[in-house]
Amino acid sequence: MSIISRGFGGRRREPSPALPPGQYLAHDFPVLSAGPTPRIPQERWKFTITTEVGEKHTWDWAEFTALPAEEITVDIHCVTKWSKLGTSWKGVALDTLFEEVETAGDYVMAHSYGGYTTNVPLEDLLDGKAWIAYEYDGEPLHPEHGGPARLLIPHLYFWKSAKWVDGLRMMHEDEPGFWEDAGYHMYGDPWREQRYHGD
Amino acid sequence: MATVRSATWETASARTLALDIPDWPGHLPGQHIDIRLTAEDGYQAQRSYSIASAGPGPVEISVQRLEDGEVSPYLTDVVEAGDQIEVRGPVGGWFVWRSESTAPVTLVAGGSGIVPLMAMIRARGLAAGRQPFRLIYSVRTPADVIYAEEIRRRAVSDPGLDVHFVYTRAVPDGWPAPPARISVATLNTHGWPPDFEPDCFVCGPTSFVETAADILVALGHDPKRIRTERFGGA
Repeated sequence: MSIISRGFGGRRREPSPALPPGQYLAHDFPVLSAGPTPRIPQERWKFTITTEVGEKHTWDWAEFTALPAEEITVDIHCVTKWSKLGTSWKGVALDTLFEEVETAGDYVMAHSYGGYTTNVPLEDLLDGKAWIAYEYDGEPLHPEHGGPARLLIPHLYFWKSAKWVDGLRMMHEDEPGFWEDAGYHMYGDPWREQRYHGD
Repeated sequence: MATVRSATWETASARTLALDIPDWPGHLPGQHIDIRLTAEDGYQAQRSYSIASAGPGPVEISVQRLEDGEVSPYLTDVVEAGDQIEVRGPVGGWFVWRSESTAPVTLVAGGSGIVPLMAMIRARGLAAGRQPFRLIYSVRTPADVIYAEEIRRRAVSDPGLDVHFVYTRAVPDGWPAPPARISVATLNTHGWPPDFEPDCFVCGPTSFVETAADILVALGHDPKRIRTERFGGA
């Protein structure tokens, strides 16, 4: 149910079927994070998957960037209402990382340098749906945008694509991460406009 | 559904809308609302705006007009008292100040980033809080200061509230320094030292927030005590 906003025409810059409900097209790349930008030198960077029984799989920067990488072009949608279409990234598919991981956990908590967390069902990370990205637009990923490496889960609101990611922890039950605990949706599907708790 | 009770210019390009929202559950300073506009043909646009007010009474937002914006020029230039606006909220549980907290607070505002920080100052005033507050407010020129009169008044009347302005393009008559951007010296001199373990709230355009937050980290503040709210895009 909506009322007409008297005198509002809207700019409707480039209406697009690629835009989920309530989103508008951004031409720059806005930055959104809850605190200062951590700056992690590549030589200190590590990425660890920890299973529900505590088994750890760790990659350092050299090992990680030696894995088969993919070029990805995807649309991204931020819960603060901007979307950016056709962004190009390079990164390692989560399928590749999970090849060596034995797990019965259905849920994942992503952890980041700086303490950020976000929860995702494992099935949303597999089958070519998610990556750990370390290049944006042909350049090393800038710290403001999550470099050295960030999660990239383009089919969910972008807060799920944790910046400065340093690990994944497998869980049997779904648990809220940082924004989810602060009132945002547990799953975050932009096409169903799952912005906040209760959507 | 909100009804616009009043619309008041704060500067030449920023306007405060006071909204009557039935069944408003109350909010914490720092939270925002989502506004949804609908055109006659059903086209909709949504944006988030920080709440400026604290406590009971109408919910106030202050909107800075972005020249190429879609929603902000409507809210600054078209909306009138009596209009209805679709709103949702309050939203956000991280960039908030709680009046039961006793920690000192450093507030760093860039431009219209003052809005949620003003809600914190007002909430502290309402609660007759004694938490030591320091506000560092960066603006282009003296004419761009939102809530100018109230800030000057509170700097005198609210005990323990210190205010420092940074002018980046033009300074007031008699100001002792030329225009300058926020710097290590600004935050070192006019914010609380890291030893006091203040909570730091930084709000403004992305580049401003990046700069200020980086400086706070470099000065030795615990990154976990630095909360940021960035705005960009249109």
